Amino acid sequence: MTTSAAPALLTTADLTMRFGGVVAVDQVNFTLTSGELRCLIGPNGAGKSTFFKCLTGQLKPTAGTIQFNDQELSGQTTHAIVRKGIGIKTQVPNLFDGLPARENIALSARQNHSQQQSEEITDEMLELISIAGLAHREVGNLAHGERQLVELAMVLAGKPQLVLLDEPAAGMTAEERGRLAAVLRDLAGRTSLIVVEHDMQFIREIATEITVFHRGRVFLEGDVAEIMAHSEVQEIYLGKEANGAA
Amino acid sequence: MDYSLVVAIELVREVAGLILIATGLAVIFGMMRVINIAHGEFMMLGGYTVVLTTKMGVNIWVAILILAPLAVGIFGVIVERCIIRHLYGRIIDSLLATWGLSLFLIGFVTVVFGNTVEGVSNPFGGFAVGQYKVAGYTFFLIFAAVAFIASVYLTLKYTKAGLIARATMQNSDMVEALGVNSKHVYMATFGIGAAFAGLAGGLLAPISGVVPGMGALLIGKAFITVVTGGAAVVAGTLSASTILGSISQAVTFATNPVYGDAALLFVALILLRLLPQGITGRIFTRSI
Amino acid sequence: MLSNISKDWLGVGFVTAIGLAVLIFVPMLFDLFEVLQMTKYVVLSLFALSLAYIWGFGGILSFGQAGFFGLGGYTFAVSAINMGQTTIPFLMAIAMCALFAAALGYFMFYGRLNDVYLGVVTLVVTLILWKLINHTAGPEFIIGKARLGGFNGVPSIPIMTLPWQPDMEMEPSQMFQYFMAILIIVYLLLHFLIKSKFGRVAISIRENEIRTSLLGYDVRLYKLWIFTIGGAIGGAAGAMWATYQTFIDPNAFSLEVSAKCLIWVMAGGVGTLFGPIVGVIALEYLSLKLGETSFLNNLIILGTILMFLVLLLPKGLFPTFRDLVIKLWQRARGGTSGERPS
Repeated sequence: MTTSAAPALLTTADLTMRFGGVVAVDQVNFTLTSGELRCLIGPNGAGKSTFFKCLTGQLKPTAGTIQFNDQELSGQTTHAIVRKGIGIKTQVPNLFDGLPARENIALSARQNHSQQQSEEITDEMLELISIAGLAHREVGNLAHGERQLVELAMVLAGKPQLVLLDEPAAGMTAEERGRLAAVLRDLAGRTSLIVVEHDMQFIREIATEITVFHRGRVFLEGDVAEIMAHSEVQEIYLGKEANGAA
Repeated sequence: MDYSLVVAIELVREVAGLILIATGLAVIFGMMRVINIAHGEFMMLGGYTVVLTTKMGVNIWVAILILAPLAVGIFGVIVERCIIRHLYGRIIDSLLATWGLSLFLIGFVTVVFGNTVEGVSNPFGGFAVGQYKVAGYTFFLIFAAVAFIASVYLTLKYTKAGLIARATMQNSDMVEALGVNSKHVYMATFGIGAAFAGLAGGLLAPISGVVPGMGALLIGKAFITVVTGGAAVVAGTLSASTILGSISQAVTFATNPVYGDAALLFVALILLRLLPQGITGRIFTRSI
Repeated sequence: MLSNISKDWLGVGFVTAIGLAVLIFVPMLFDLFEVLQMTKYVVLSLFALSLAYIWGFGGILSFGQAGFFGLGGYTFAVSAINMGQTTIPFLMAIAMCALFAAALGYFMFYGRLNDVYLGVVTLVVTLILWKLINHTAGPEFIIGKARLGGFNGVPSIPIMTLPWQPDMEMEPSQMFQYFMAILIIVYLLLHFLIKSKFGRVAISIRENEIRTSLLGYDVRLYKLWIFTIGGAIGGAAGAMWATYQTFIDPNAFSLEVSAKCLIWVMAGGVGTLFGPIVGVIALEYLSLKLGETSFLNNLIILGTILMFLVLLLPKGLFPTFRDLVIKLWQRARGGTSGERPS
């Protein structure tokens, strides 16, 4: 592993998750530095989603530790993890379908801000993600990609130090995906992000550091060009993807 | 020695009793995730079927083993057609509707038959274990419970209908993919669950008598057994009945049956605190 | 936004004004029998509010609200008979039910039981309480001076006195006014609670539990509080029931009582506080009238109503009626099709 000069924000040590006899995540040692944007990739069943769910508290790891700002996350409940300054977007959009987009975002901001501040943050988010046009639409009636964007705004409205996104680009049009990539590029540096993603096209757009999962382990880490050029990665992941995309 | 044998027999009888009252409910819950609140009243209807038909001169075995499940099974299919099928995807509403049905049936039977206990003669004598006397019917009930579990297991494991049922339990969207009309599957499931309830009611009629409100005395245990067992019909019912039945019967011996019931609930609450999806939600997840 | 809020409070003010008018004028205008009948509606309305709150504004559907009704009634009965006064027993009944709800809620919410399991567990707990209390007929079941009496019930429960005045037993009209005041206060308190930050989080839990926890709220703790508040209100209603009847028996714990409470709330509309009160009055009156016929008994009526509501009027009588009135009114005004906040 390369050691970085920037301080580590999130570190896992020997993180392991077993389901019955299946080891979904196998002794993963992972480090994220402050301000970094990292993509987790890997074929289906590689363990990246399980790893993600361990970070968010949706699963309790069988063994190992997760350190965030010198606090232990493993075994904590989701809401407690969120309160430590981590924003989470799950794979399936989770929104208050009966409320307009604006109120969804405001609700999120209100968690740790005053009424006045949360109104300001909401405006800021609508601007940042360029979804002001959706502000007064009921989110239950929005397209899948639009819902994803609203949820991203909700996550960011909590002003998290670390953002965890599970397949944020799923179901988006090319235009929406471009907008999302721009937002993520813009955030990197100020906020740390971990993005679980399938879509290599999208990963190229956000040009980033990548961790490749394979069979529950970290197979390789490096920047986007290195990973793309790596023959074994192409075999286990990209090859599959190319076949599937036909 | 004799005493401990009697205690052991009573323990097994309690477990068997739980299996009898819970199986029909577990079949419906496992397949449809619906708890049929009128389950106790389905058993009551099975009991009344036996009372009525034996009074008309039908052989008691025919009444218990054939007519009770048949009548209640048909009734179950009618209920599914008239009520339940309108409420698929609205699980809480289907619970509420079956609760309404439960109240209606208690009221209706009370008006027709009156609020008195109807007896059915016990078809078996008893025999002695040393100085104690054990009813022959106890052994018959234990045998019936084994038959319940075995028939569900063998059907699920070795028949085409069982294969479809297992597919439904794993993923209800899969059924249509197998080329089966899921509406028919649910109708059949509800009918079979109801038939098990009718059979259980018929089997219990000779020992407990039949009364319109008898459902309320039985369903508490049945519900908690099914919920504690989780979604797998055979493994869930078997494991939950064994754990809850032995504990409740042990407490019953130490104190009295009411505390036995309370102990059953208390153990079930602790199990659910530890295993929210029931025993088979965490352990034996691949069983049926 | 602002006009929405003020309209909301306008409705609350209106309901409160009706309540106060009823409180003041009913004892003047009606005879003793009718006042007693209406006192019953007031007690049952408070009971309906306990479920209307936890179901409509917290998304917790309890199938065993009768458990709190009975427990509150018995706690009041036993402690009032022993203490020779009623104020502290009333508070004890509320506290007892709050504690019981908190203990049960801990098992249910921290065990993350889903809706179906929650319904079944609350139902079974109530069944067991009913069985336990039915079993206490023997002379050994005596708490101080109070015999529990099993299925015979507890007779001679003291009539409530004015608060802290142990020798001022309430007249029927005073009891009506006192209970009516409690109902109005609880209604207002619940409204404030629903509009507070706590209430908004509770509603967001009802709407989307996962999202709410992703916002950093401890869903389990919120649900525990909601359920406990509902239990306390149910207990208060039970204590009032015991003193109103001067008698309580195990039927207070019965499935029939739990079902009635559900039916009132469903009929009145889940998600409102006023609707369930309308539900109590309408359905109790209906079953009083229908119950006089010989071929219908109470359970047939209740069961039919419950199936009818689930299948045909899932929104409830009161909201359906209200929407109908609004629609007709809009049509009468000549098709101004602006969306009207309810």
